[in-house]
Amino acid sequence: MTDAALIWSYLTSQPLLWLTATLLAYWAGDRLFQLSRRNPLANPVVIAVILLATLLISTGTAYADYFEGAQFVHFMLGPATVCLAIPLQANLKAIRKALVPILVALVAGSFTAVASALAIAKLLGADDMLLASLAPKSATAPVAIGISEALGGQPTLTAVLVLLTGMIGAVFVTPMLNALGLRDWRARGFATGVAAHGIGTARAFQVHDTAGAFASIGMGLNAVLTAFMAPLVLHLFL
Amino acid sequence: MVPALSIIFVFQLVGEVISRGLHLPLPGPVLGMLGMVVAISASEKLRDLIRPVAQGLLAHLSLLFVPAGVGVVAHMPTLMAHGPALAIALVVSTLLAIVVGAIAFSLAAKLVGSVSDD
Repeated sequence: MTDAALIWSYLTSQPLLWLTATLLAYWAGDRLFQLSRRNPLANPVVIAVILLATLLISTGTAYADYFEGAQFVHFMLGPATVCLAIPLQANLKAIRKALVPILVALVAGSFTAVASALAIAKLLGADDMLLASLAPKSATAPVAIGISEALGGQPTLTAVLVLLTGMIGAVFVTPMLNALGLRDWRARGFATGVAAHGIGTARAFQVHDTAGAFASIGMGLNAVLTAFMAPLVLHLFL
Repeated sequence: MVPALSIIFVFQLVGEVISRGLHLPLPGPVLGMLGMVVAISASEKLRDLIRPVAQGLLAHLSLLFVPAGVGVVAHMPTLMAHGPALAIALVVSTLLAIVVGAIAFSLAAKLVGSVSDD
């Protein structure tokens, strides 16, 4: 074996290589996102995933080997979920002031997101594993991944579906709600956070501060509600 | 940073134990988050201790989705086979959920006379 091959085989047996690649790919994605003036289509996660997927396929690396290194980043999803308590608690006053509309919109939006996705996918021939992976897609990624695991879905597939959901919401929300003539920024933001989690919330903050604050409330509350609702609604479709 | 991180991990750990012990549908970290909301509401000292670390972690929340997202390479066959079904389900359900949620919020706000501050 040549030296280069020896070094490569050493590196691929250690977590350092893929951990470093994950950070670099995200860094590149984030730079492009900033350069595009935060265009939701240039989502840093999507760019990083495309870069890394291309790298894995071209080097013939199995996902399990990649994950040996990337698991250290993945692990932090749990603690990050606990940390969502900080923005949620900071918004408790705003939540109390608009409690009734928040609860009504939360239940309506969350149920619509889960039930309509499952109904359409089932009609178009999706199997049970796919439905379980799809059910929590409107919840924020760390929570959706946990729910998908518990329901018998594929967590990694859920992660991809969650990202796509956020991007779809972020791209279409403003023109769509303008066309409908909805002007209450609280309603617009909250519904976006419920349906399109963090990516939708980031978009809402770009449009209006009130919309952003209510989007983060919607995202936080829907993380909790989806955990209860997704298993119940999923049972209707299995 | 070590005290804050330790406390965050303890909340997740307790959430994990409760979730698995009682077979709850809520994932452990979500229970940990709810516990943390209660705890920082009760103690300003705890909130000030946690906040900088939490903000640091949340500022890079998107990075944490990358490893799971790369799992797309392991699901290429599924995605290819069900591409159109998944695409239609995602687009229709997301847009429908936003419209239904926003209209529900506006109607309920008018009904109870809740108005925006701005």
